[in-house]
Amino acid sequence: MAGVAAGEQPFPPGDYGVVVVGSGPGGLQTAYCLARLGIDYAAISADDAPGGMFARMPIFERLISPTKPSAPFDRTSRDYQRYDHNSLLADEEGARGLVPEFMDRSFDVPSRAEMHMALQAFAERAPVRVRYGCRWESTRREDDGMLVLGTSDGEYRCRAAVFAIGVTEPWKPKVPGFDMAPHYAETRPPREYEGRRVTIIGKRNSGFEIANGLLPWAREVVMLSPRPVNTSSIALLPIRTRYLQPYDEYARGLGGAYVLDAAIERVDRAGEAFRVVAQGTTKPGPLSIEADDVIIATGFRTPLLDLPELGVATVSDGRIPALTPFFESISAPGVYFAGNASGGAAGLLKVERAGQSTSVNGFRYNARLLAQRIAERHFDVPRERAAIEPGRIVSFLLDELTHSPELWVQRGYLARVVSFGDGPRDEGYEPLTYFVDATGPDAVAAAVELAPDASIAPVLYVRRGGNITEHQLAPHPLHVYETDDYRAELEHALSALVRIAV
Amino acid sequence: MAASEETVSVLGRLALFADLSLPALESVAHTLDEVAFPPESRVLRRDLSGAAFYVIRDGEANVSIDGRPLATLARGDFFGEIAVLTGQPPGADVIATTLLRCFTLPGPEVEPFLIQHPTVMYRMLQDEARRLRIANTWQG
Repeated sequence: MAGVAAGEQPFPPGDYGVVVVGSGPGGLQTAYCLARLGIDYAAISADDAPGGMFARMPIFERLISPTKPSAPFDRTSRDYQRYDHNSLLADEEGARGLVPEFMDRSFDVPSRAEMHMALQAFAERAPVRVRYGCRWESTRREDDGMLVLGTSDGEYRCRAAVFAIGVTEPWKPKVPGFDMAPHYAETRPPREYEGRRVTIIGKRNSGFEIANGLLPWAREVVMLSPRPVNTSSIALLPIRTRYLQPYDEYARGLGGAYVLDAAIERVDRAGEAFRVVAQGTTKPGPLSIEADDVIIATGFRTPLLDLPELGVATVSDGRIPALTPFFESISAPGVYFAGNASGGAAGLLKVERAGQSTSVNGFRYNARLLAQRIAERHFDVPRERAAIEPGRIVSFLLDELTHSPELWVQRGYLARVVSFGDGPRDEGYEPLTYFVDATGPDAVAAAVELAPDASIAPVLYVRRGGNITEHQLAPHPLHVYETDDYRAELEHALSALVRIAV
Repeated sequence: MAASEETVSVLGRLALFADLSLPALESVAHTLDEVAFPPESRVLRRDLSGAAFYVIRDGEANVSIDGRPLATLARGDFFGEIAVLTGQPPGADVIATTLLRCFTLPGPEVEPFLIQHPTVMYRMLQDEARRLRIANTWQG
């Protein structure tokens, strides 16, 4: 094992409160948060160093989420998190906002290597201890409900397990001939595609990334998948920052790049080359494309091992675990997911799929919520519920709606909650679905959501006598909600609750 | 994102998508998202704005108002479309009674989806007509 002497390894096999599997950003953030709450845990990883998939991917190096090295706020401040969608969260100033420190500033989107260095720095400075080179291999539940994780180092017994294992296992649909072609994860160095005709199956992030990366080398790049590129929405997607060049070239008729909508029937050998046989979808009709190389960029699945046998339900044909709003399996109690795999929580499906749970910016907040939930449910560690002066409630919520990175990044997923059951209390953040479906004391949840007209605006959910009322606020062009108009609107929406509190 | 041959064959067996060609089914499989809910969880929420469109892949759910069940939904049934089409919040809750797996489409994507797949729109219209007839029969 590189760099770690066996004697220095923490967390030997044994009994722990919680076991966290994985040392990518999701695992590091969860382990960090559990440690801060004083929960007895072990963190294990099959890798030999922190960083997770950022040690290898994305292949063409550039991430898709921004970090702005220059911002109106200090890098250790809470406000800065909205300008930095890649750094992990820490209470210690020295471990906050680390990604910009490693950026060469050629773009405001970090490279894979820059992100990887920042994650390693986080693990050192926070610090987060992990048992590296310890591979999770099996899972079972004992009669008393405890979970047992079999690993390459021995067995770990725990009340709750958090799998921060990414969505990292290459996945190919079962189409005849796809077995002959490499997956995105097996793409060769770009110079090896010089002068070749490359067909890429898939038009999502990884497909566009490969296509863009090969444009300077390949003779021809064809992108194929059944679903059309939605040109009106793609301008708002993260991939447009770097990866839309193939689409641009095709739309302008430049030649050499083709972005087609077709269902692939099979891939045949054609001498040294391949023939991709497909049926057009947006424009029906047969297609036959010759290619020297075919790359299958159809995405990844969560490497669940034997978790389905333990009862973990999935969506998307077994690729993603189906989760509760608090990231617990909907069907296997005590089995939690963090990191990219936390995207299987449905959230309040309104105008959009809520939140950014499949990228670092969103799942760093999920991890904090998850650690708090585990502490509460499995270890009777109550969350902090600070009392709020009734006269301060409106200012508190307006401050949240203007500044909270949780609300702005986990848009539509997380809400800041103030309850009125035993005097006004700050309940912290809760998943919005949990708030609107739970029975509980009178309370208000403040959220930020996408409106049908694509503007971003605050929404208040007021629970009174068990009934929820929704109050949509008009969007402010500069997203500043600490004004007299909004104050009056909130006072009106909360009048009944606050009057009782006073 | 749902997109395997398994999803395509599941979709092809649902009445709503029965008229689509295989390439069109693949395109639909790539367009729909999939979510799952444990028993007793709320999927559609009465009086909350901005619903999505749901088609049941597996499992069952109740349509209910104030906890009073009005109808049972099962594989192939769909809901949320009235709220999307009228722009009004749903008039009832939909609550999972078993583990429930649904294909979903966010509200704003429903109109372009139906226009792109007119046979799906026609099947949906037939279903709405049946429901209207049942509702009228009850009233009469």
